[in-house]
Amino acid sequence: MADIKQLAGPQSRRKFLAVGGGSTALAAFLAACGSDSDSSSTGTTAMSSGGGKSETAEFGKGDVGILNYALTLEYLETAFYADVVKSGLFKGADLETIRKFGQEEAEHVQALTQAVKSLGGKPAPEPKAEFPLKDAKSVLELAGTVENLGAAAYLGQAANIESPEVLASALAIHSVEGRHAAALNTLLGETITPDGAFAKPADVKTVLESVEPFIVG
Amino acid sequence: MSDRVTTNEQFANPELGAVQIEEDSGDLSRSDVLLKGALAAGAVYGTLAVGPFVRKALAMTGSSDVDILNFALTLEYLESKFYEEAKSRAKASGELKSLVNLLASDEKQHVEALTATIKQLGGKPVPEPKFDFPYSGTGGFLKLAQTFEDTGVSAYNGAAPMIKSKEVLAAAGGIVQVEARHAAAIRLQNKEEPAPAAFDTPLDEKQVLKAVEPFLA
Repeated sequence: MADIKQLAGPQSRRKFLAVGGGSTALAAFLAACGSDSDSSSTGTTAMSSGGGKSETAEFGKGDVGILNYALTLEYLETAFYADVVKSGLFKGADLETIRKFGQEEAEHVQALTQAVKSLGGKPAPEPKAEFPLKDAKSVLELAGTVENLGAAAYLGQAANIESPEVLASALAIHSVEGRHAAALNTLLGETITPDGAFAKPADVKTVLESVEPFIVG
Repeated sequence: MSDRVTTNEQFANPELGAVQIEEDSGDLSRSDVLLKGALAAGAVYGTLAVGPFVRKALAMTGSSDVDILNFALTLEYLESKFYEEAKSRAKASGELKSLVNLLASDEKQHVEALTATIKQLGGKPVPEPKFDFPYSGTGGFLKLAQTFEDTGVSAYNGAAPMIKSKEVLAAAGGIVQVEARHAAAIRLQNKEEPAPAAFDTPLDEKQVLKAVEPFLA
């Protein structure tokens, strides 16, 4: 696997993903969403008009890009929970928790889609995803990983958001992902605060590389 | 235009008197956008009507980052004191006892970090208020803990969009995610939903103060 630190930006990441074989699905997916008529989202440098490179430029410009990035993650979480519910691996209270979390992720999908539209943007398409569902323990671990990563993803973008309204919406979702993460950590017998008293952000590169294995088309 | 609102008002933020309402200004900061609305309303309804409305807006929107951080620090002082006391008063054992210790440690670190940041920004940290937490036993503790953590999340989510500095915003984001994790863990102890809603709605300062006022001695 290539050294993550060598990846310099969206263009490099795309090249990396193209070389990574089965990850062309993600590259194609990124190319399909959030492309504005005047932004070159097909591989050349994606500089946002505000100056400085935007991590989420492939998903769209400015706040639309950030929202579409979040929307993509929420689609994946929703699909994951739906699959887990269908798998029959869980019963009783655990099943109810998983069902509820999936419902909430679906509400996030709706809210983010609306937010993108209200900004005049094109909502990111729903990715096709597949998740390993071997047994309850490994599924819970995956859920915990995804939720902790999702919370970190939101935290990583908060300071990039331009509109106060979009920021307020993102924060209202971010803290719920934190709740999900802590609940799953508890179910797994792990600490509710893996980063300690101050949660750490994750950058787009890290997040996309983590979810890339689950996107199939 | 500024003399319409300056009259004899004492403003928490002395820069308010100099705020110009430029209808075409394209680069208003977040708080300017909200404050502009307040001042514009005053221009229509007259100076007297602006007073209380602007004061409410100033409580959050016109507030400096130091003011917002001091608001957060007040809440962290409350939680920190609450959990310190809980180490003996909550009569917790086993898992809950470990959780109380974790929460106490996290909130103490939040107090320290907010205090240091306020000083770094050249501000004066609010002194620690005196609190009174009327409860007895584990059940009483858990009920109050849930209120404090849920309120804390909503308070941060309400205040964060007003923060001007990106660094301060990122720091606040790292704290609120941890408060959300706390909230989920306490709710699980209460046999409640860890994430009762898909969105953690923000509260404004007035609502937050109303929630915590009963505990100010």
